[in-house]
Amino acid sequence: MEDNNKVTPKRGFPGQKVSVQATVRWRGREGGAMAFPEPKPRAPELPQKLLKTLDCGQRAVRAVRFNVDGNYCLTCGSDKTLKLWSPLRGTLLRTYSGHGYEVLDAAGSFDNSSLCSGGGDKAVVLWDVASGQVVRKFRGHAGKVNTVQFNEEATVILSGSIDSTIRCWDCRSRRPDPIQTLDEAKDGISSVKVSDHEVLAGSVDGRVRRYDLRMGQLFSDFVGSPITCTCFSRDGQCTLVSSLDSTLRLLDKDTGELLGEYTGHKNQEYKLDCCLSERDTHVVSCSEDGKVFFWDLVEGALALALPVGPSVVQSLAYHPTEPCLLTAMGGSIQCWREETYKAEGGTG
Amino acid sequence: MAALDRDSDEDLVSYGTGLDPLEEGERPKKPIPLQDQTVRDEKGRYKRFHGAFSGGFSAGYFNTVGSKEGWTPSSFVSSRQNRADKSVFGPEDFMDEEDLSEFGIAPKAIVTTDDFASKTKDRIREKARQLAAATAPIPGATLLDDLITPAELSVGFELLRKMGWKEGQGIGPRVKRRPRRQKPDPGVKIYGCALPPGGSEGSEDEDDDYLPENVTFAPKDVTPVDFTPKDNVHGLAYKGLDPHQALFGTSGEHVNLFSGGPEGANNLLGDVGVNKGRKLGISGQAFGVGALEEEDDDIYATETLSKYDTILKDEEPGDGLYGWTAPRQYKNQKVSEKELHYVGKILDGFSLASKPLSSKKIYPPPELPRDYRPVHYFRPVVAATSENSHLLQVLSETAGKPTHDPGTHSRHQLNASKRGELLGEAPIQGAPTSVLEFLSEKDKERLKEVKQATDLKAAQLKARSLAQNASSSRPQPSSPDVGHCSWHMALSGGTAPVRASNFKPFAKDPEKQKRYEEFLVNVKRGQKDALECCLDPSMTEWERRREQDEFAQAALLYVSSHSTLSSRFTHAKMEDDAEQVEVPRDQENDVSDKQSAVKMKLFGKLTRDTFEWHPDKLLCKRFNVADPYPSSTLVGLPRVKRDKYSVFNFLTVPETTSSPATQASSEKVPQHRGPDKSRKPSRWDTSKEEKKEDSISEFLSLARSKVGPPKQESSPLVNKEEEHTMESVSNKVNKGVDSQTEGEGSRPSMDLFKAIFASSSDEKSSSSEDEQGDSEDDQEGTREADFQGSQEADSVETSSVAQASEPAPQEPAPFFPIQKIQVDEREEFGPQLPPVFCPNARQKLEAPLKEKHKKSKEKHKTKKEHRRKKEKKKKHRKHKHKGKQKNKKSEKSSSSESTDSSDSQSDEEGAADLSPQELLRRLG
Repeated sequence: MEDNNKVTPKRGFPGQKVSVQATVRWRGREGGAMAFPEPKPRAPELPQKLLKTLDCGQRAVRAVRFNVDGNYCLTCGSDKTLKLWSPLRGTLLRTYSGHGYEVLDAAGSFDNSSLCSGGGDKAVVLWDVASGQVVRKFRGHAGKVNTVQFNEEATVILSGSIDSTIRCWDCRSRRPDPIQTLDEAKDGISSVKVSDHEVLAGSVDGRVRRYDLRMGQLFSDFVGSPITCTCFSRDGQCTLVSSLDSTLRLLDKDTGELLGEYTGHKNQEYKLDCCLSERDTHVVSCSEDGKVFFWDLVEGALALALPVGPSVVQSLAYHPTEPCLLTAMGGSIQCWREETYKAEGGTG
Repeated sequence: MAALDRDSDEDLVSYGTGLDPLEEGERPKKPIPLQDQTVRDEKGRYKRFHGAFSGGFSAGYFNTVGSKEGWTPSSFVSSRQNRADKSVFGPEDFMDEEDLSEFGIAPKAIVTTDDFASKTKDRIREKARQLAAATAPIPGATLLDDLITPAELSVGFELLRKMGWKEGQGIGPRVKRRPRRQKPDPGVKIYGCALPPGGSEGSEDEDDDYLPENVTFAPKDVTPVDFTPKDNVHGLAYKGLDPHQALFGTSGEHVNLFSGGPEGANNLLGDVGVNKGRKLGISGQAFGVGALEEEDDDIYATETLSKYDTILKDEEPGDGLYGWTAPRQYKNQKVSEKELHYVGKILDGFSLASKPLSSKKIYPPPELPRDYRPVHYFRPVVAATSENSHLLQVLSETAGKPTHDPGTHSRHQLNASKRGELLGEAPIQGAPTSVLEFLSEKDKERLKEVKQATDLKAAQLKARSLAQNASSSRPQPSSPDVGHCSWHMALSGGTAPVRASNFKPFAKDPEKQKRYEEFLVNVKRGQKDALECCLDPSMTEWERRREQDEFAQAALLYVSSHSTLSSRFTHAKMEDDAEQVEVPRDQENDVSDKQSAVKMKLFGKLTRDTFEWHPDKLLCKRFNVADPYPSSTLVGLPRVKRDKYSVFNFLTVPETTSSPATQASSEKVPQHRGPDKSRKPSRWDTSKEEKKEDSISEFLSLARSKVGPPKQESSPLVNKEEEHTMESVSNKVNKGVDSQTEGEGSRPSMDLFKAIFASSSDEKSSSSEDEQGDSEDDQEGTREADFQGSQEADSVETSSVAQASEPAPQEPAPFFPIQKIQVDEREEFGPQLPPVFCPNARQKLEAPLKEKHKKSKEKHKTKKEHRRKKEKKKKHRKHKHKGKQKNKKSEKSSSSESTDSSDSQSDEEGAADLSPQELLRRLG
C-alpha cells in the first residue's frame, strides 16, 4: 500500500498542486478565485469543532447535502420530506413534501433554483426551490432511487437506482421517459456523480463505471467489493471509491490505477458517504462506528477520527470551499467547523 | 412529444379520432376496462350481446330470471276459490318489447290484411305458385293451398265483378278481335325484351279460325313478364328434372333432361291445372295411394336408370344436342340451309348470324421420319485456350475437323454462370459464391497451386479420353471414361477444392457416405484413380461400376447446385430473430482474474475494461458536449446479435482457448517457429537459450504474451529496449504461447506482475533468490551496473527493479485467464468464429507488443536508436498522443507497425544499454 503511494507522484496528483493546469469545471469550483490554489497554501484545517446540531424532525436523515455554494443544505428524511436548511444559522427554510416514500438523496442545481430528489417511491422529483412545488416527477425506475445528481447546467437529472440503471431525465422537455438509460451495471447503483462531461457511477456489483460523453467511452474499473460511494476529486483527475470492504480507494481517473488506499473506518453494511475535503487534501468518510474519518490524501495516514455519536454516521457533506462538514446521524445533523472558526457577525 | 406530433400533423392526413392531448404532468388515462364497457337499451337496462331470439336482447333480469327477486309466474293466484284461469301463452308472452318493435322478430306494424288483398285466382299468381311448386323441395306441395281456397274475395275483386268483369278477362273496354299478329321475320332484329312466346298467344291459336265480325271481346288479360333472375350455374334454358314429367308423367315416357325449349316452358308457364286433362293430385312414391287417385298403375313406379341416358348417343333425330344444354339444334327441318348452323331457340334480342363463321383450319402435325430417335448428342468440344491448344490439335487431327467454337460448349459442361458469360449477362452481384472468397490471399495461392496440379492432371486425362472418343465416331456417354472425365473436370474446376461437407447424398448408408467423402477428398487431391481406390474392394464388379456412377453423379450434382444456388440467392439482410438475441458486443469479462488483481492491489489495466459507449445525442446536447459518434445512431454499448443459445454468450473465452489454434497454426507454418520448436519449450529453457538478451526483456515478452495482447490499449508498459529485444520478443511470444498450451503450470509468476506493475521497494528481496543460474547472474550484475548509471540521472527511488523482475518460480503462479483479444472483438460481429488457421496469427500477437514498444519509446527521453527507426516511430508517436485512449486507432496502426518488426530486428543491438529500471518504472 505504501509502495503504491510512492509510485504515484509522477502523476498529476491533487495534493501536490500539480492540478493547476487541469481545467477544472467541477461544480464546487465556481466560487471564483478559490478554484486555484493559493501560492502559499495554509495548512489544511479539519472541521472538528461542533458548531451546531440540528434536529431535523424527519425521523432518520438519510442524506445531507450542501447546495452549490455551501450556504444551505438539504436533508432527506425518511418521513417522505425534504428540508432545506441554513446550517450555520440552524434555521429551517422550507419543507418539500411530495415523495411517496423516504427520500434517499437530493441535489441542488447550480443556480439554486431547483432541487432534485429521489427516494424509495422509485420517483425522481424536480422541485422548485422557491415555491416548494413539484415541477416534474420522473417515473420509470423499477426500484428505489439511491442517488440523484444534476448535470452541470441542471438540464439533466441523473438518477441511480437499485434497479441497476442510471436514467438521464430531461428537465427541459416534457418527455416522460429518460433520455438514456445506462443499464450496464449488473447490480444496483449506489452512487452517481456528474462532471461536465462524465458520469461516474458506483455499483453494488463492485465496479466503478465512468461514462465519458466526450470520448464516447465507458471505463469500468473493477474494485470487487460493493461500491457505496464514489466521487471525483475536485481537480477532476482522480476518483475516490468507497466500498463495503471498509476501504476507500483513490483511483487515477484515466488509467484506473490505484493511487491510495484508506482504511481504518468501518463500512461493511451501509451505504455510507465519502468525499474529499475542500482542497483535496484529505479524504473523508463516514463510518459505522459513529465517527468520521479523515485521512491525509497523499500519505494515506489517518489524520483524524472525529467522533460524532454513538450510532452510524449515515451521511456527510463537505462544504465546497470551506472546511465545513455536515454529518447526519439518526434524526439530526451536525455542522462542524475548523477549530479556528469564528462565526461571522454572530451565528443565528 | 405531443408538440412534435402536432407539428407533424399539419402535413399528414390523419384518420380516426385523435386522443386528447395529455395535460401537463398527467399520466395517460387508463382505458375503460372491458367489464365496465356496457351497452344499455332505451330503458337503461343492460343489453347483452347474446340471446335466444334475436341476439342482443336481455332476457329477464340480467339474463337470469324475470325480476330481481326471482321468477314470479304472473298467473299464479294462491286461492282455492278463484283458480287461475288457464291462459294460453303465445310466443309474445315470452318476448320482450324489443322483439315486437319495428326491427324485432315479430314486428307489430300496420300491414295490409288479407281481406283487402286481391284474392283473384289469377294466372299470375297461379304461375308464381307453379313456379314455386316446381322448385320447392316437395314438388306440388303448394297444390294443397289451391285445394283449400278462402271463401271471401277482396274488395277490389268484388268491385270489378260488379262492374261486369269476369275472371280471366282483362280490364278495359271490350274490343274487336285484333288482327293476328305477324310472326317476326327471321331477318328482323328484335332488340330489347320481347314477350315470351308462350302463354297468351298459345290460347289465341284456337280462336284463329272463327272470327265473327260483330262480336266484341273483352281484352285479354295481360300476363306480366316474368323476370326470373338466373341465380344458378346451369346453362341457359336448362331446367332440372321436371317433377311433372318425372312424377306425373307416363311411366313409359323417356325422361329427357334436355327436352326444354318452348314446350317445356309452356308446360311450366302454361296451364298446369288443365294439364291435358289429367288431374292434379298427390301421387308418387312419397305419398302412397290416395283415395282420390284414379290412376293407380304407377303407384309403385320406380325411378330406374334405364329412363336416363347413360351414354352420349350419336345423334338422335330431333335432338342433336350431344348432351349439351345449349338450345336445341335441328329442331326445325324445313329451315333453309343458312339456318342449319343454328336452329333452335334464338334468345330474345339475338338473331342469327347472316354470315357463317369460317371454320378454323387445323393442320396436322408433321410426320416423323420412321427412323427418328428423340435424343441428340453433341459432339465433344474443347475450348481453345492456351493450355489445351495441343489437345485441340490432337482432337482436330483425329476427328478431321477443328472444333474450335466457343459458342458450342456442351451444355453439360456449362453451368449457369458460363452460359451467362456467353450470353453477355452481367454476373450476378450477390453473396460470395464460395468459401474461397473468405480465404486470405495466401491460402488462395496455395489452393491455386493445388488446383493447377489438379487441372494439369485432369487436362491430361481429358486429352486422353477425348482422343479416344474422337476416334470412335459417336461419343458414348455410358462409357466410364467419359463419365470419369466429366466429373473429374467438373470437380476440379471452380469450387471443387473447397467444398462444404454438409452435402451428404448417401447419409443413409454411412459406409457409402464415408467412401463418397473419401472419393471427394481424392478428387480434390487430383488423383485420377480417385474412385478406384476408395471403392470397397469386396464388392462385385457390377456394384463397383454402379457406385462409381453414383459418386460421379452426386459430385456433379453437388457442384452444380451449389454454385448455381449460391449465386442466385443472397444472404438475408435482416436476420431472423427467432434464433438470435442481442447481446452487448463487449462484455465485462470474468471477474476472477480481476479479483486476484484487486487482491494484489494491481489496479489499472488489469481491473479496467474500456468499451465504446454511445451517448444519446440529446444527452450530449444537454451536457454541451460534441457527439463523439456523430454518424452513429447507436445508443449505449454496441450490441450484436448472437445465437440465443450459443455458448459464446455465456462463456468469456479466456486467452488460453485460442492458443490451441494458434499452436496448430504455428505447426502448420513452420517458418514462424523458432529453431527450438522441436522440443517442448518451457519458460525457463527459453530464457536460458536467449541468454544474450537480458532477462527483463524475456519477462516482459512473456508477460505480454499473457497480458499484452488482450489489453494492449491500456498498457503503459514501457520497453526501453525495444530495438534490442524486438526479435526476442517476437520469438518469445510464440514460445509463450506454446508454453501456455503445452505446460499447465507455465503461467507467469507473481513476480512477473510485480515486476510490471508494482514498484521496486518490496521486490528487492527477490533478487537474491533468483533461480536463473549463475551465468545469468553474472549478466545481471553487469547489467545492473548499467542500470545504476542510468538510474542516477533519473533519481527515482526505484532502485533495483532488475532483480525484482527475475522470475521466482517457487512462488505460486497466479492464474490470469486473460480476456479475449479485443482486436478480434472489435472487428467481429456476430457469433465468434472458432479460431481458424491463419498464417498471420503471429502478427496478431505481435501487434500489441509493437504498440507497447511504441508507447515506451515515446516516453523514453534518452534513447539511442537508429535515426531511420526514430523517424518512423515519430509518426506513430504523434498518433499515439492524439488518441492515447483510442484503442481502435492504435490497433490499426499496430498492424502497420508489425511490419516494422522485421527491419527493427537489425537494429536490436542499438539500445542494449537501456536501463530496465527505467523501463519498469514506466510500467508502474
